Amino acid sequence: MKIILLFVSGALVNNVVLSRFLGLCSFLGVSKKKETAKGMGAAVIFTIFLSTMLCSVVYMCILKPLGIGYLQTIVFIVLVAALVQLIEMYMKKSIPSLHKALGIYLPLITTNCAVLGVALDNVQKSYNFAEGLAWGVGTAVGYAISITLLAGIRERIENNDVPRDFQGMPIVLVTAGLMAIAFCGFSGMIT
Amino acid sequence: MNKCMERLYNGIIKENPTFVIMLGLCPTFAVTTSAVNAIGMGLSSTVVLMFSNLLISALRNAIPDRVRLPAEIVIVASLVTVVQLLMEGFAPASVNRALGIYIPLIVVNCIILGRAEAYALYNPPLVSFFDGLGMGLGFTAALFILGSIREILGAGSIFGFQFIPNSFHISIFVMAPGAFFVMAVLCALQNRFKMPSATNTDETKALTCNGDCLHCAGHNSIENHEALTGCIQHAVEVMQKAESMDQKKEEKR
Repeated sequence: MKIILLFVSGALVNNVVLSRFLGLCSFLGVSKKKETAKGMGAAVIFTIFLSTMLCSVVYMCILKPLGIGYLQTIVFIVLVAALVQLIEMYMKKSIPSLHKALGIYLPLITTNCAVLGVALDNVQKSYNFAEGLAWGVGTAVGYAISITLLAGIRERIENNDVPRDFQGMPIVLVTAGLMAIAFCGFSGMIT
Repeated sequence: MNKCMERLYNGIIKENPTFVIMLGLCPTFAVTTSAVNAIGMGLSSTVVLMFSNLLISALRNAIPDRVRLPAEIVIVASLVTVVQLLMEGFAPASVNRALGIYIPLIVVNCIILGRAEAYALYNPPLVSFFDGLGMGLGFTAALFILGSIREILGAGSIFGFQFIPNSFHISIFVMAPGAFFVMAVLCALQNRFKMPSATNTDETKALTCNGDCLHCAGHNSIENHEALTGCIQHAVEVMQKAESMDQKKEEKR
């Protein structure tokens, strides 16, 4: 039960982009077309799924027993960077079709703070392996939901008459703000 | 010394990381709920920026080009860990609680790796140090502006000193959506007065980040991304054409 709650809270209630502001750069950067937004969302879910597992295992089996938990930031960022490189190499070799679809987003993910943020969150809130995984995947799904929604709205905005000063980034920020208000509505769902 | 002052000016005004280059937006939005938090975040980022620039610049001839990025990340991550432990030890508890997870996340702040790649790798240590200081102060100033606007509108106070009665607070400004709205209005003002910013540069320029995809996370310019995907699609088409030509040749044989 707790696992389902964590998943929902990660995806909707504490939405990673709109209430915790993680992964904002790519959220604003690659949300111009629905297709690219979906690709980015899928790539983030995939990477967070693997990186959360890897980071929890390394923290629980290596860092914690040795008493060097304070090295978590260094270890996690190196793990994430290495993992992204490995995924990219593996995909290029064995699943070229998936690489063609997700490949260009993978390098962007190394600098996506959502990935590192989830790993650090799991340690700070001392979740166990399953809880951490649920929280991680929930977060990633939340990211995918919000970036796809924003991309959908932005495609519509293209056809609208936006005041000249608000064209470009400002109108996107306003849209994201309104979405954030909407996502505030989920906060009553889980107490 | 003149060059150092020029670097400071460049970081604070000419290439202000938040308002002009629009880098590192995550901490900018997340921690600017009050002016004090904003300054706390800004100063810790400044310390990391200064010393990462100094170290990377000092080691620039020792780091082999192939492992440049991992080396930089490890340097930055170590500095961030030092800052994190110092904050836990000496910063006021309320600031520390508010900044929370965003302190370790300085590692993935694009400004730091961006400056390391764009400046520290090609310039001597002292100038790079001042470049980091300028960028850091520019970042702090931007955070302070955002933080004080949000605190005044949302909580009616500045540095915790309240001067607007409770009934006039617009509390949405200290909540998550407020960050987006304040930034949107500031961006719109920049557009209005035609001030330099990543958001109102000429769209004719094909690649604003010179194709440095690894660090730009796509936010430098949305057009970049499309230009790049266009390139890739074009390359794929060319390759497919070449392949079909080869196949035809083989069939002829």
